[in-house]
Formats: sequence, C-alpha cells, structure tokens
Amino acid sequence: MLKVLWTRLKQGHRTMGYPDGPAPELPARFLGRPRFDPSRCKPDCAGCAGVCPTGALGGGKLDLGRCLFCGACAAACPEKAMEFTQEHQMAVRVREHLELGGQTYRLAHALEQRTRKLFGRSLKLRQVSAGGCNACEADVNVLGTIGWDLGRFGIQFAASPRHADGLLVTGPVTENMRLALLKTWEAVPAPKLVIASGSCAIAGGPYRGHPEVHDGCGKFLPVDLFIPGCPPHPLTILDGLLRLLGRL
Amino acid sequence: MAAALVLRNGQAAPLSRLPVLGAEEFRGAVLEAVGAGARLSALFARPKAAGLLAALADDERGTVSLLGMEPAGSYPALTPDCPQAHLFEREIFEQSGVRPQGHPWLKPVRFPPKEGSVCGMMDYFRVDGEEVHEVAVGPVHAGVIEPGHFRFQCHGENVRHLEISLGYQHRGAERALTGGPDRRTVHYMETLAGDSTVGHAWAGCQALEALGKMEAPPRAAVLRGVALELERVANHIGDLGALAGDVGFLPTQSYCGRLRGDVLNATALLCGNRFGRGLLRPGGVTQDADAARAKDLLDRLEDIGRDTASAVGLLWDSPSVTGRFEETGTVSLEDCRRLGLVGVAARACGLNRDVRRDLPFGVYRYAMIPVSSWHAGDVFGRAQVRWLEVQRSLQFIRELLESLPGGSLRREPPGLSPEHAAVSLIEGWRGEICHVALTGAEGRFSAYKVADPSFHNWFGLALALRGQQISDFPLCNKSFNLSYCGFDL
Repeated sequence: MLKVLWTRLKQGHRTMGYPDGPAPELPARFLGRPRFDPSRCKPDCAGCAGVCPTGALGGGKLDLGRCLFCGACAAACPEKAMEFTQEHQMAVRVREHLELGGQTYRLAHALEQRTRKLFGRSLKLRQVSAGGCNACEADVNVLGTIGWDLGRFGIQFAASPRHADGLLVTGPVTENMRLALLKTWEAVPAPKLVIASGSCAIAGGPYRGHPEVHDGCGKFLPVDLFIPGCPPHPLTILDGLLRLLGRL
Repeated sequence: MAAALVLRNGQAAPLSRLPVLGAEEFRGAVLEAVGAGARLSALFARPKAAGLLAALADDERGTVSLLGMEPAGSYPALTPDCPQAHLFEREIFEQSGVRPQGHPWLKPVRFPPKEGSVCGMMDYFRVDGEEVHEVAVGPVHAGVIEPGHFRFQCHGENVRHLEISLGYQHRGAERALTGGPDRRTVHYMETLAGDSTVGHAWAGCQALEALGKMEAPPRAAVLRGVALELERVANHIGDLGALAGDVGFLPTQSYCGRLRGDVLNATALLCGNRFGRGLLRPGGVTQDADAARAKDLLDRLEDIGRDTASAVGLLWDSPSVTGRFEETGTVSLEDCRRLGLVGVAARACGLNRDVRRDLPFGVYRYAMIPVSSWHAGDVFGRAQVRWLEVQRSLQFIRELLESLPGGSLRREPPGLSPEHAAVSLIEGWRGEICHVALTGAEGRFSAYKVADPSFHNWFGLALALRGQQISDFPLCNKSFNLSYCGFDL
C-alpha cells in the first residue's frame, strides 16, 4: 500500500493544461494541415497527382478527406504549391469543406443552439470500428488516458448505443460491418450525432474503391463532423470535438 | 525435404527452382518437415489456380523452405496430422475453392462479400446438454476496439468452448497487393495492422528489396531496428496497463496509458507520426536521427524506462493482481507447439522462438537482443514476457542509438526480378509477421501472401478459455491482444 502511494507521488500530475493552457507540443516532423496554393502550379504539371496514393489531388483541388498525410505530393512539387504545416486544427462540419483549392480553411462551427444545449456539457458516444487498421481507434483511446482526460469535458465513450448521444465511426465501412453499423445507429436514441474520424471513415482511406468497402460512412449516415488524418492526431480529434460542442 | 527451395530470411530465388510436387508428395514433404521441427509460416493457394505454396520456417537452421503443389481441385488435407494448418486450409478453400479433403470443418474465415452471405452467419460448434447455454458477443463490443464475434458454450459460469468468428474488418488489403507494386503498396503494408505499422512495413520493404536484389544501407537498418523496438515497447506497456485495468488495478492502468503515449511520441520525434508511418520505404528509411535527435530520444527513453519500472513493479508486488494473473488462461506447451503459436504467446509457454534470433533480419544479423521467455503459459506468463521484453528493447534501442553507423539512409530500389519468390519474416511485437511475394514475367506481384501473428494465435486464445470462468475472458483476451484487422486483411 505504501508503495502504491509512493509511486503515485513519483508519477505526478500528468493531465495537460490544454485548452486553458498551451496545446501539447507537436513533433517538428509532424505533417499537419496542408497549405495548398494552386495559383503556384505550373500549367500541365501533374507531379503531385501522379504520386498521390488515393487520387486526392487533381484539377487544382485537394480533397483532404482522402489525404493519408504521407507527404508524397509535397516532396514531388517543385513550386511549393503544396506544403504540410504543423497545424493540428482540421475538423470540418461539411464534407465539401475538405475540398481545398486555395480558399480559407473552414473549421467546424458549433452545433445549433438546441443540440448544443443538449450535448454541450455531456456527450456520450458509441464508437464503431467499421474496417480500417485500428490506428484510429488507438488514438481515440489515447484521449481516455490521464494525459488527455477526455472525461473532464463531459465527453465519454458509452458501452451501449442505447446510452449514447451519437456514433464516432472509424474505418471505411466494410461490407461485412455495414449491417452492424446500421443496427448500432438505429439503436441510438434521437437526436443523435455522427462523427467520422480518419480518412477511411471520410472517404475510404487507402482502401478507396475496393469492392469490399463503402468508401466511408457518409453513404449511410448523416455526418456532423469530419476529422481528417491517417490516423488523426489525438489533438486533432479533441479540437474537433470541442469545436462541435462550442467549447473552443 | 531435400527437394525444397531453401532460402534465408529476406532472400529471393527464381521460381524455376521451386519444386512443384504432386498432392500426396506435397503432403508427405510438409508433414515430414513439421515433424522434424519446422513451422508453417504460410500456406496458401496461388491466384489463377497456380497450385499451393507452403513456407516452412526452420528455427534451428535459420532457413525458410518453400514447397509448391501442382494445381488441383482438391488434395488430402494436412490438418488431421498437422493442426497448425487448420486455419490456412480453411482460408485456401474460401479464397480458391481448392478443397482440402478430410479437413474437419471447412468454415468461413473472413466471409468475402457475396450475394446471400452475411458475415458471421454460419453454423457454430455447439455443446449440447442440460443447463448448457450459449453466450454470443459482438461484432460491436463495449469498448473502443475492433469488431469480432465470440460464441461461448457455457455450463454455469464455466466455458466449455469458445469459437471466434472474424472477418468484419475484411477490406481487401491482401487481395489488392497482388498486381503491385504501385502507389498504394506501401500504404497497404502500413495499414495491414495499424499498431504494427513498422513491423508490416519492414516485412513488405524487405520482400521488395529481396526481389530487387538489394539491401537497405546500414544506417537505415539500425533506424528500422529502433522503430521496431519502439513499437514493441509502446504496445507492451499499453498491454500491461490494460491487463491491470482488467483486474481493477487502476494505478498501473493509468500510468501505463500515459507512458504508452510517451513512447508513441518518441516514434513521432523520429518520423513525425506516432505509429511510424512514412518512415520505412523500399530501399531504406526517409528520416534520420541526427545527434541532437538521438540524444533527445535517449533522454526520453531514460524517463520512460524509470517511470515504467515503477508503474509495472506495482503489479508484481500486489497479490490481488498476481492472484488473478496466475493460472488463468493457461495454454500447455504441447498445444502451443501443435498449433504453431508465435511471439509473446509462444514464449510465455516456454517455447523459445523469436525471428530476431532464429532467422535474423536487418540489424539483428549483427546485433543481438536477448530472447525472453516464461514457462507457465498463463496470463501471468504473457504479462511477464512483455515486461521482460520492454526492458530488453529499451536497452537495445540505447545500444543502437549510441553506435549509429554513418552513410546514406536510402538506396533507390531497382525493379523487381521477374519470376522470383521471396520470403520476409519480421518479429513484430505480437510475433512473427510473414510476407511471401511471388513475381510474374513483368516483375509485378503475381501473388502476395500476408500472415499476421494473430492468424496463428487466435486459436490459442480459444484454447486458453477452456475450463475458465467466462468473466475471465476480457483478461485472457487482453493477455493475447491479437489483431482483428491483421487477421481480416
């Protein structure tokens, strides 16, 4: 018992100050929100489109929903029209807002008055993993650790859809998970939210176009929040959730 | 076995040297090799009805033998005499229609989507009797975890049998690798199992490098070793914390959750991504550990090592924890050997096998990491092996970073040799990751086979549950911590 207390003392207080204090520092090599400036593109240059694994680039547009953040496009661009910044804020409310072509980035706005009143201080989510590689789930789980302590915002993951206010979906929605996802959705009482986290849930990720998957959950569910990334950094997810609840 | 094509780990050879045997002869040769101590690392049907291929790892000799079987609509099943083939043969039947005659039950493995089939809908093994009841769990579980379906046959609280039915994460990743390499190939490798990004990416890169008849430069080999061991440390610490959580011992759960994140951040220090995405590419690595970065990494690992020792130490000092870990979910050494378990699960049963030592690859060819094992085969054993490995890996990373060789990070990989076969084995944190790549006349993959360690080990979990209380399932499950997506592909 004494050892347990002594260890507790040594391990110290680890919950971050964010969002009241500074955000945790991201590594120097972190690839965050890209800055895409098609006005710099040379005519007939398709260097970036030729290397993108998911066809996210083309016609002067970048679809951030499809982006795997591999950085191949930036490395292939001689004009620096495409660069990755350190910016972690990326979540949006509307799918089209992830289609970038040089305009200002439209970060997620808060829920409407009524739903915000319902969920603003207590949001219970049911997570459904619908395909994918489990990295998204891993970094959602990180939010539950003492460093992030998601519970302090009143956000928790519920064991049953009956106790949930919405779904957080990861994975491209495999055909084999379609039925289970829809049944889980039906089991959540209205009003309810859908959050698509990760490039798989938004647009199919690296499996886009496979006959085994449905290229994301947007085909089946009304998505309220899109969080890009492969996988999204925990800070990107937290930022998105707090924006949705109007707390940032 | 004299006839087999014998390769080192990460070596390629012309397909013309692959012996292609008749069905009976093939069966005899595989059984003889397994009887002499070899393991089935992979057994699969080549696409376009090109026959079967077996990859047999010989840990004593440090070689992998390839054996081909000529195309046939059916063949005498290996499973009755070689239990470790049971899931491979179900997979062969599901993917190609080639029937292993005499297989006890050719059930679906991944339920590839087709008209009239629903994932998980099949006949399950049933125990009949008064007071026997069935408990069905999943595919959607209570936590933030992957989907899978579990059927328990229970008598009171005791589990007589557990059947595990997967396939929900089946996204066509392995299928799509055939025909490559292309722009997506390396991304498929990195997402075969996200928590084993480095392990699978290394397996894929090593296969590509073998087929290109080249090797990654020494500095890249060392940095790959650092990344692989960081991946092991992060996952093992996370598992030790989760095991503590499953027996309600919250201090270690809390500390380990945070510490796992710190290790992921150490990986991100190296390459920008917490899972090591983008670091390994065919021909080498993309990012360097300059002196300042290596120093930063070493300092962080020093803190992580100290804090982990104090957090995990609490487990071994708490009788309420060890009492729950010991003699729970035991797998016997004999079962472990017959099922061909790999990695932590095998070493916890006393089976001293580790690809890093037995079939060394990359940096492990000239740097040694001690192999950790335990004898009991229970939850305690699997926890103990994890803790031993965390310590060995941290020490190993230190040694690697303090003696980084100079030179380049990456060589331009040439095209792939046509009509060749390569086998690539990596000891990921769960166990042996096996990739087998065959090329066609144009130097593209005519077949690409992935065997995640989970493929070998899920049945081990089913056996561990026999005779246990059903309430011990979460604990047993976490002690294996197998991958659903790595299995479903």
